[in-house]
Amino acid sequence: MNLGLGQLFWVVLQRDLMVAMRRWSDICNPVVFFVLVVSLFPLALSPRAEFLRALAPGVLWIAALLAALLSLNQLFRADIEDGTMEQMLTLPYPLGLVILAKTLAHWLVTGLPVVAVAPMLAITYHLPADAIGVLLLSLLIGTPTLSLLGSIGAALTAGLRQSGVLLALMVGPLMLPVLMLGARATDIALGGDDPTGPLYLLGALLALALSLAPPAAAVAIRISAD
Amino acid sequence: MWTWFFQLASPPHFYRMAGSLVPWLLWPALLLILIGSWGGLVLAPADYQQGEGYRIIYVHVPSSYLSMMVYVTMAVAAGIGLIWRIKLAHAVAASCAPVGATFTAAALITGMLWGKPMWGTYWQWEPRLTSELILLFLYFGYMSLRSAFNDLNQSDRASAVLALAGVVNVPIIHFSVVWWAGLHQGPSISKIDAPSIAFEMLWPLLVMILGFTLFFLGVLAMRVRGEVLEREFHARWAQDVLRGANRVEAAG
Repeated sequence: MNLGLGQLFWVVLQRDLMVAMRRWSDICNPVVFFVLVVSLFPLALSPRAEFLRALAPGVLWIAALLAALLSLNQLFRADIEDGTMEQMLTLPYPLGLVILAKTLAHWLVTGLPVVAVAPMLAITYHLPADAIGVLLLSLLIGTPTLSLLGSIGAALTAGLRQSGVLLALMVGPLMLPVLMLGARATDIALGGDDPTGPLYLLGALLALALSLAPPAAAVAIRISAD
Repeated sequence: MWTWFFQLASPPHFYRMAGSLVPWLLWPALLLILIGSWGGLVLAPADYQQGEGYRIIYVHVPSSYLSMMVYVTMAVAAGIGLIWRIKLAHAVAASCAPVGATFTAAALITGMLWGKPMWGTYWQWEPRLTSELILLFLYFGYMSLRSAFNDLNQSDRASAVLALAGVVNVPIIHFSVVWWAGLHQGPSISKIDAPSIAFEMLWPLLVMILGFTLFFLGVLAMRVRGEVLEREFHARWAQDVLRGANRVEAAG
C-alpha cells in the first residue's frame, strides 16, 4: 500500500475521528467540565453583571485550559495500550505527521466543542458582542496550541499508569503564555481597544507549536513505547 | 582531545576526576562568597534611595542568575544525553534539577523579602518575580516526571525531551510575562532604575556571582558523583569504591 503524505494524514485523521465517535463520553466530558467550571464562579463569587463581565475573559480561558489539560490524558493512551502505536511506529512515514493528525483529531473532538459553547457561556457573563467575537477568535487560535503543547506531555506520560496530575504539572507552565495572551486579548476588546496585537502573537505561537510540537511528541512517543 | 572527552564520559574516570575537583571548586567558592559578603554588607555604601535594604541584592541577583543558568545547563546536558546517548550527560541533567529549583526558590524568597521594604508588600505580580515563579513550576514538572518512571533509561530520555521543550519555552514565557505585566502595571511601584551602578556596589556583586557559580559547580560535581555511583551500583569499580568508603567509615 503506497500512500502520499497527505493521504496518510487524512487516513489517520479519519480513523481517530471514527474511534472518537464510538465513544461519546470522551467527547462530552471536556465540554461538560468546561461548562461546570465556568458556572462555578458566579455561584462562588457574585452574580453581579459588571463584576462577571470583568471576570469573563480570565474565567473562560482558565476553564478552557483546564478542559484541555483534562482531555489530554487520553490522546495516545488507548493506542499505546492496544498496540496500535507499535504499528504506527513501524510505518515508513514521518511519525510527526501521524502525531499531527492525531492531535488535530483530538482537538476537533475535545477543543472545538469547548470553543463552540464558549460564546453561549460568555452571554451568561454579560459579555458584549464584539468582545465575544474576540474571545471566540482567541480560543480558535489558542486551543489548538494548547493541544499541540499537550501532545508532547501526553506522549511523555502515555506509558505511565497514573499520569493525570503529573501531566497537568508538566504541561501547565508551558501553556501559560497562551492563557495570558488569549485572556488579555479578550480583556482588551472588552475595554474597547484594538486586540490585534495579542491575537497576532497567539497566531505566532500556533505556528511555532505547529512546527515544533509534532516532532518533539514523536521523539517522546518512541521513548514511551519502548 | 577526543580521548580526553571519551575518558571524561566514562563513569569511573569521571567519578575520580570530579572527586578531586570538588575541593578546588568549593573552597574558592566559600572564599569568594565571604569576600563578596564583606564587600557588599560592610564596604559598599548605603543606597541613597533604598538605604540598607538593597543589600539583599547580593544574594538575590546571584540566585536568580543561577536559577536560569542551571536550567540551561540542564537542558544542554539533557540534549547531549538524548542525541549522543551519553549516560553521564543524563546524570548531570538529573543532578541539576534540585539545585536549580533551590536557587529559584532562594531567588523568589529573597525577592519577596526585598519587596516588603521597597514595594510595601511581599508579593507584586511583577514580570521578573512572575517568570521566576513559572520557572519553579518548570523545575517541579521536570522532577516529578523523572520520578514517575521506574526504568532509568526511559526516565532519562523522557525528562530530556521535557527539559528541551521547557528551554524553548523559557524565552516565550519571559517575554509574554513582560508584555502582560506592562499592560497593567501596579500603582507606583518604586522601580529600581540603576543605569550605572557604583563600582563599590558592583564589585561585590560580581564576586558573589562568581562565588555562587563555583558553589553550584562544586555541588553539581558532588551530586553527579552520587548519581553515577547509584547508576553504576553493580559495576565492579562502584563496588570497589563503596567497599573502600565502608572501610573508611568503619575505621573512623
